[in-house]
Amino acid sequence: MANHITRRQALGATTALLAAPAFVRQANAQSRFDWRRFAGDRIEVTLQTSPRGLLLQRQNKEFEDLTGIRCGIEVVPEQQHRQKVIIEYASGRPSFDVAEMSLHVNKRQIGKARWNTDIKALIADQSITAPDFDFADFGAGMVQYATQADGRMDSLPAFADYFILYYNKELLAARNIAVPTTWDGMFEAARALTEPSRQIYGHVGRGLKNANVVLWSSYLLGTAQRDMINANRQLITDTDDAIWAGEMYKKFLRDVSPPGSIGFNWNECQTTFMQGRAAMWIDGIGFAAPLEDRQRSRVAGKVGYALVPKGRSASHHCCLFGAGYGISETSRKKGPAWLYLQWALGKENQLRMLTSGAGVPARSSPFGNEAAIAASTFPREFFQTLGESAKIARAGLPEIVPVTQFRDVIGAALTNTISGSDVATELRRATAEFRPVLEQSERES
Amino acid sequence: MMQQAETITASSSKGARARNYARHYGWFIVPAAVVVLAVIIFPWIFTIYVSAHDWHLGGARSWVGFDNYIKLFSDSRFGWAMLRTLFYTVLSVIFPMILGLAAALAFNHKFPLRGLARTIFILPMMATPVAVALVWTMTFHPQLGVLNWLLAQVGLPPSMWIYSANTVIPTLVMIEVWHWTPLVMLLILGGLASLPIDPYEAAKIDGANGWQAFRHITLPLLMPFIVVALIIRCIDALKAFDTIYVITQGGPGSASETINIFLYLQAFAFYNVGYASAVVVVFFAIILALATLLLWTRQRVKMT
Repeated sequence: MANHITRRQALGATTALLAAPAFVRQANAQSRFDWRRFAGDRIEVTLQTSPRGLLLQRQNKEFEDLTGIRCGIEVVPEQQHRQKVIIEYASGRPSFDVAEMSLHVNKRQIGKARWNTDIKALIADQSITAPDFDFADFGAGMVQYATQADGRMDSLPAFADYFILYYNKELLAARNIAVPTTWDGMFEAARALTEPSRQIYGHVGRGLKNANVVLWSSYLLGTAQRDMINANRQLITDTDDAIWAGEMYKKFLRDVSPPGSIGFNWNECQTTFMQGRAAMWIDGIGFAAPLEDRQRSRVAGKVGYALVPKGRSASHHCCLFGAGYGISETSRKKGPAWLYLQWALGKENQLRMLTSGAGVPARSSPFGNEAAIAASTFPREFFQTLGESAKIARAGLPEIVPVTQFRDVIGAALTNTISGSDVATELRRATAEFRPVLEQSERES
Repeated sequence: MMQQAETITASSSKGARARNYARHYGWFIVPAAVVVLAVIIFPWIFTIYVSAHDWHLGGARSWVGFDNYIKLFSDSRFGWAMLRTLFYTVLSVIFPMILGLAAALAFNHKFPLRGLARTIFILPMMATPVAVALVWTMTFHPQLGVLNWLLAQVGLPPSMWIYSANTVIPTLVMIEVWHWTPLVMLLILGGLASLPIDPYEAAKIDGANGWQAFRHITLPLLMPFIVVALIIRCIDALKAFDTIYVITQGGPGSASETINIFLYLQAFAFYNVGYASAVVVVFFAIILALATLLLWTRQRVKMT
């Protein structure tokens, strides 16, 4: 065998030689970046109790070893966490340096009060940002979601939550029913699958006031309207499209869901689906992990994942929710806090989040890691659904300050429809009730 | 005359000693006064001050005087919450009182394994309300809960329990009864143990039967203890929050939204602290009036 250099090898070697200085520069910059510049400092971090928060809590020592910063981390249940964070911010002296914020609930409130520091300024500061931080890796949609109307980015996007369709493959196959692609088709399929005598229902969904609004949003996003406030920031929850979405909500919850759904939040829905008592369920992506847990779930290995069905317009959207991690404006440890954000939302932790089923990372790179995805316990269909959902995701709640009150008022109207009330009447009443609240809030903004 | 003068001198020197004592040691009450001021007086004054403002956390704040109170009394949601609270409180007081009294009378008699039975009876009272609420939530699940399974075993139709607007408050009352009847039983049992034997012996000689002895001796003598139990139950039931919040969050719809849930939502979900403070002031006035009425009743019972 002749031992000579081919033209292709020579070309490759030349390219490598030319690129070498860039690699070396990058490697040098990386090695020059001093992660331990704040060694000995202490920061406080507050996160929500979720697989994401618990993941970071478990990995906390890794951050402390890397930076020498002592990190006090607390995880608090979601609803209590939101209240705690807002009340502490309002006190003017929050006890934390870094806080998780639910973008779909607190974004506008925190942005308006300017309680968090602008992350963009920190990203731009080369002296304190690791060269491999790679901000461009964050999905454009999530960056936009975390950016305030005035252009400030007061949190670094952490993860997204898309509403998807979970279905019980076994139940659908037994009736030879295909995975539905339209809401009407899904209702017909659910009706065919409902067998009250066997306590099997075609659908399960949130009926509890407040929690239920996001299911109605899922139907609304399938209409031409696609939003709950218009360009002038006025409430549009009593339009034809809104009422159509309400009718859809009513018939799903009344006709093809288990009795008692009026009081169901996600946990009751999850239990019902896990026990094989419901064929289809629309909810957040984070439930895949418990559903696939063979110790707790009777449907593990039988769960199908699909995009939410299409609505009555050509547009096709799924609800998007998400969270970001922000640094308190009053923090005296902004430097160490920024190092924490870079580590917590770095490529490695975001990959851990994806492959453990803890959530959908805000970064794009984890989705390109084929080896990690192949090694995951979740089926490929799950990751495909995530990828496809990302393309059609749209905010599932309006970006307004009194969003919880919005959910309460509209949610009560939707709950009443499950008891048989007229959808149009309820939505008009709720809209009239909430409109002055929104108007006052917008005036104050 | 001399003696009178000595008395006056003695009493005036006693008064001077007391004044002297107060002058020298009066500052000893300062720490307690500061604590009372900081944890009771100041929060109250501040709550009243906040209630006179349109105040949203993180938003603007403006003086509105009595507007929050006027709005409150025209707010149908507040009115319904008051009615539900009243309904819930009445049921949550009556049933534990009746059952607690019956249990106390039963446990006052000697029978085999009485100590063990008493211990088992008071176990619910020792459980943490949130833990209790979570366990009950699971048992109420319409398809998977154990209660509907038990109903099915005896041929009864399933109930919607907390998942229906019609049954949610009776169901919540059921938990309250299960949880707090033992406390009423303990209070009344303590009273029964302290009753004198003589009136019963006299009644027996006079030929009184069991019911007559209970009606004319036990019940009147127990009344101070019953009133104490009643006051405790009323205040506890009025301020019930944790169990209701964990189990229903005020739902379905607003069917179990009591005044405490309403208050919580205004303050910590809508961050409308001005309006929530007005609710606190009104609710406190109601509790104060009720407690005064019950204490007055207790005094009357004691006197008679």
